Amino acid sequence: MSYFLTLNPLNLINALPGCIAQGLIWGIMALGVYVTFRLLNFADLTVDGSFATGGAVTVMLTLAGFPVPVALLIAVIAGLASGLITGLLHTSLGIPPILAGILTQIALYSVNLHIMDMSANKAISVQKYQLLISLMHVPGAILTGGIFAAFLIIILYWYFGTEQGSSIRATGCNPAMSKANGININFTKVLALSISNGIVCLAGGLMAQYQGFADINMGRGSIVIGLAAVIIGEVFGDALFRKHMNFALRMVFIVLGGVIYYIVVGIVLWLKLNSNDLKLFTALIVAIFLAVPYLQGKRRNSFLRTAKASEAALKAMNDREVN
Amino acid sequence: MLHIIDIHKTFNPGTINEKAALNGVNFYLDDGDFCTVIGGNGAGKSTMLNAVAGVWPIDEGVILLDNKNITGVPEHKRAAYLGRVFQDPMTGTASTMEIQENLALAARRGKSRTLGWGITRQEKEKYRELLKMLELGLEERLTSKVGLLSGGQRQALTLFMATLQQPRLLLLDEHTAALDPKTAEKVLKVTDKIIAENHLTALMVTHNMKDAIAHGNRLIMMHEGKVILNISGEEKKKLTVADLMHQFEAASGEEFTNDKAILA
Repeated sequence: MSYFLTLNPLNLINALPGCIAQGLIWGIMALGVYVTFRLLNFADLTVDGSFATGGAVTVMLTLAGFPVPVALLIAVIAGLASGLITGLLHTSLGIPPILAGILTQIALYSVNLHIMDMSANKAISVQKYQLLISLMHVPGAILTGGIFAAFLIIILYWYFGTEQGSSIRATGCNPAMSKANGININFTKVLALSISNGIVCLAGGLMAQYQGFADINMGRGSIVIGLAAVIIGEVFGDALFRKHMNFALRMVFIVLGGVIYYIVVGIVLWLKLNSNDLKLFTALIVAIFLAVPYLQGKRRNSFLRTAKASEAALKAMNDREVN
Repeated sequence: MLHIIDIHKTFNPGTINEKAALNGVNFYLDDGDFCTVIGGNGAGKSTMLNAVAGVWPIDEGVILLDNKNITGVPEHKRAAYLGRVFQDPMTGTASTMEIQENLALAARRGKSRTLGWGITRQEKEKYRELLKMLELGLEERLTSKVGLLSGGQRQALTLFMATLQQPRLLLLDEHTAALDPKTAEKVLKVTDKIIAENHLTALMVTHNMKDAIAHGNRLIMMHEGKVILNISGEEKKKLTVADLMHQFEAASGEEFTNDKAILA
């Protein structure tokens, strides 16, 4: 009882805006995960490394005197390059998707250390530099995050409606059909992985500015958070819009998925759970949201259900015979 | 127009699963030929078709299309000249994409994929008109996902996609084998119609001797990775199932034991 008395609802309300801002950045990152995980059907683990690359490049270039937007743009290019590496490992060297991603991810750990002059983290002060987004000014951060997400959704909506974007979607859905229709699936795979990691690096760059530092470990577990956002967003979106769910809405819900995830994290921290348990908790959330659609389908379509229904039908038949 | 010269293919060479699938296949097609390909299980029919499509490189031999050597051209580039329909209705279409999106993908076969729209408004109108020809009501379902269609509908759609952008050669790999007899007949009818209307050159693999005789102007029979029978013209018109089985036994020195082909 005394535990509940220590929980102050005001603290939760105060923490919410920060959760929303962080959630938006992770939502942007989740759009990158969506491109590979759903559209290309490729579980890309590169992102754990490239998220930190995005942060490292943005912070180091800003410290070196580059304007922040330019630093962010170069971070995106670094992301395109890391996706390219994973893509080539897979398509040119025949390494399975998961392993190709892990190899690049591990390599990026060293690369990121080099980018950050061999230190594990680099701070950047919002007072000294014109950062686009910072936790010192949360309402502005929410606005900036929202604008970035909105622009990205518009661009992705356009791109995946083009001939090139459609060929990526076809590759993810049916590689044999794609080849028969003249699509070079090695090229589309590399392209999609590059685009995905470019987006992830953009999110990493925003996150480093938001928290005021780049950290070698900032990307650890980001694939799971990205997946969580994708899955949470899709579950909510499908539940609310059902058949009217379209591509643009789906992406909006994925960004919202990131926000929902961070609000839940905020609540968990408010409940004074140990923050070291956060990763365990994240894994639990993702497992639950992955399981929900499966269990729902199973409940509608299970032997247990038919067993009961058939027993009832049999009983009704017997009763009729008796009468 | 298609010359297949002494092609060989062995799968898993040097392992216990080694299988010599093509052992020197030779034949040619003239412009406008519609050639059916028959043979028992493992005769190399589908393998030969896949060799032409470029699914993997062959070990030896030459494939010429319009006198151009395409032996070393990879699958996605060869696709510019080839329309293909597969045995499995799931293979030929992208199930999570709309009917019109599938058509738009097929319409761009052999062209580079630019940043232009994946499908234009004029195209949608055109597809609506063209799909009426299939008489499956698909013209009213342009925005439906292909995954919602039946196997027969998907095969008809795949066939339509394969010929939307006129191919030099149409490859049909037992494309009615997975369908019920009535649907199979319907799809074959559409096949005849599309081939005749577009004056296409086509290779059709089938298990069904009757179909092989009833369709096309030429017929080849394969056995153990070789062409053992090559029939055309008047001879093809007079052909019966009994003739075919007799010829098979004469050519291969074995009795025809493929129940599926005989009973069908």
